[in-house]
Amino acid sequence: MAVVYKKSIALTDTPLSFCPGCTHGIIHKLVAENLVELGVYDRAVGVAPVGCAALSDHFFSCDMYVAAHGRAPAVATGQKRVHPDNFVFTYQGDGDLASIGTAEVVHAAHRGEKISTVFVNNAIYGMTGGQMAPTTLVGQKASTAPYGRSEEHCGKPIRIAEMIATIEGAKFVERVSVDTPANVRKAKKAIRRAFECQIQGKGYALVEVLSTCPTNWGFTPAGAMKWLQENMIPYYPLGNFKDFE
Amino acid sequence: MAKAKLTFDTEKCKGCELCVTFCPKKILVLDSETNSKGYYPVKVTNIDECIACGTCAIMCPDSIITVEKE
Ligand SMILES: Cc1ncc(C[n+]2csc(CCOP(=O)(O)OP(=O)(O)O)c2C)c(N)n1
Ligand code: SF4
Repeated sequence: MAVVYKKSIALTDTPLSFCPGCTHGIIHKLVAENLVELGVYDRAVGVAPVGCAALSDHFFSCDMYVAAHGRAPAVATGQKRVHPDNFVFTYQGDGDLASIGTAEVVHAAHRGEKISTVFVNNAIYGMTGGQMAPTTLVGQKASTAPYGRSEEHCGKPIRIAEMIATIEGAKFVERVSVDTPANVRKAKKAIRRAFECQIQGKGYALVEVLSTCPTNWGFTPAGAMKWLQENMIPYYPLGNFKDFE
Repeated sequence: MAKAKLTFDTEKCKGCELCVTFCPKKILVLDSETNSKGYYPVKVTNIDECIACGTCAIMCPDSIITVEKE
């Protein structure tokens, strides 16, 4: 029989620590499959964030760092500059990248570091119990916004892909989602293109992936997919913001 | 004879039902017995109807599904 799908060799046998139905797991698969399919798995070095993906070093079978909160692009910069032959990626949540680590990602992009970032936007701080993130939608409830995010008090959610796309050193920027099988396939292609941007030495690349947090949003996994479609995609439009030749 | 084969690593299944939700043939359900973690793992009801599209495996966050076809 021919294999249609099996677990990627770039993932370990360790059971993922994510909650049931959390799409962090789907995004891990897409990263792993691309590392192998692009032939960079053997020289890949990943940088995990602080957040639910802080344990990713147990799940990716390539070499991994776990950076201090928000500092993955700085650690990746050092690794890539010292070992330019390595393929270096960061995997970061929105509390990590869009809050405490915003300076790092902006300047890594600005310097045109030849690294790739997979940015997981689930509109909340998952690991610490569902606090409001800079990406939390107006009106969305969080443990630190029990009546919903107020625009008056906190402003509107930050759109990272659009912001990074304005920076010259960023050569590839796209926003994707993993809410349907078709969108998962598109997300895989976008991550592939972001990785090619580094392989071809073009510069910095970022893929923002809209992701669910069923636990802190308070939905079933399938219900969280629906909430993402109805609430996140209208505010965070999917599509490419920047591509290279 | 079934033209497709599904293998589930049931010990790692968390019963999230994303595969159940997205299977176009609606042939996946949760088992009535739990695994050792206490989750009800997925099982297939009628493998003869499986078209080996791989959708369940693509949507499984825990990569527990292997799909094969003739
Ligand atoms: C310096 C520092 N400040 C705060 C924390 C607490 N903390 C841990 S994870 C986290 C936010 C994670 O949210 P996100 O990046 O969205 O990832 P998710 O867990 O949702 O995947 C925070 C604030 C920390 N570990 N270190
Ligand atoms: S808390 Fe949220 S983001 Fe973290 S593993 Fe659970 S569902 Fe995923």
